[in-house]
Amino acid sequence: MITKDRILELLDYVKDPEIPVINVLELGVVRGVEVEESGKAIITITPTYTGCPAMDAMAADIKKELLAAGVPEVEVKMTLAPAWTTDWITDTGKRKLKEYGIAPPEKTADIRALKGEAPVVLCPHCGSKDTVMLSPFGSTACKALWKCNQCLEPFDQFKCL
Amino acid sequence: MAMSNPLFQYTLRLGDDLLILSHRLSEWCGHGPILEEDIALTNRSLDHLGEARNLLTYAGQVEGKGRTEDDLAYRRMERQFTNVKLVEQPNGDYAHTMARSFLFDAYHLPLMQALLKSKDEQLAAIAGKSVKEATYHLRASSEWMVRFGDGTAESHQRAQAALDDLWTFTGELFESDDVLAQMTQAGIAPDMAAVKAAWSKTVDEVLAEATLKRPADGFMATGGRKGMHTEHMGYILAEMQHVTRAYPGAEW
Ligand SMILES: [Zn+2]
Repeated sequence: MITKDRILELLDYVKDPEIPVINVLELGVVRGVEVEESGKAIITITPTYTGCPAMDAMAADIKKELLAAGVPEVEVKMTLAPAWTTDWITDTGKRKLKEYGIAPPEKTADIRALKGEAPVVLCPHCGSKDTVMLSPFGSTACKALWKCNQCLEPFDQFKCL
Repeated sequence: MAMSNPLFQYTLRLGDDLLILSHRLSEWCGHGPILEEDIALTNRSLDHLGEARNLLTYAGQVEGKGRTEDDLAYRRMERQFTNVKLVEQPNGDYAHTMARSFLFDAYHLPLMQALLKSKDEQLAAIAGKSVKEATYHLRASSEWMVRFGDGTAESHQRAQAALDDLWTFTGELFESDDVLAQMTQAGIAPDMAAVKAAWSKTVDEVLAEATLKRPADGFMATGGRKGMHTEHMGYILAEMQHVTRAYPGAEW
């Protein structure tokens, strides 16, 4: 019988289909892992962004990964509450985003965010603070489009939610 | 209209508004004035579609007749759609599209904020997701209103024309009827007077910054909640439902 710990290890291999360097655990979307006596695994996930088309793909990938590892039956449940926040992305996840060229989200409780001020977003390429948002909407539902005034490269920022 | 299940009716209305607005915005895909805006509009459309999916799925569950989100989106006739007429209005120029979204976003955000306290747990959970995105949407559409209004003479004139055209469709957002009254009484729907006050304040503040004039309240269009739509609605459904109607039961 496959243990909960083993399932968590397997979930390490399930990546976000749109950002393939970060897995579902690092993204913070896995809200529950249960293993029934029959060996059936029930994984509860929460959507990142409401319209995120990657959620269906993630659910399918979780099933595929666990079934291939010998879990007899897998159910992936979706829960909406409590609503996902970018604070649930782990520190490892944030580091990987940055290495991938995506500026990670700031903390939602950041003092600047609380005061309604614009965030200081560091360029993931050169580390400069001299950056400007080009559009609040980026290449996927979770990203905004920014530009670095120092190295002049455009980059994606993971939107803070 | 059957009044037997007001929660179904209410959830359906919320979902229909977002589904139809999403479809309208998706028509911009590949036609945006600049690349960033093309991406922004399709993202916005996708957010609304996600919200609509949550709401229509829940409406189907509440109804209890086994209808799915797809049944509700693709297999209803025009008279069974209960969205407000505002969201079915044509895209027009970019000022029209943005004014339509601004007038809707300024209503949608306080509505979702109020629904967080709904006694219906699932609606509160759906609002919990929507409210974060609705904040982004309102910020972006407000910025465009200011940019157009306080921009060139041409952009100012077009933004004002868009507001003047669309204003007649704003009354419906706050209209009350038996469904809403029952839902408000049950603590499921919020007090719409408070939502309207928040909407009005946002509109006044943004239009002032945009140097645009708030149109006077005149004749207000009505009927969308009862399935009476403008002539545009049939064309939207013809396009949106075409594949399902032409190939019933098709899967891919
Ligand atoms: Zn840089």
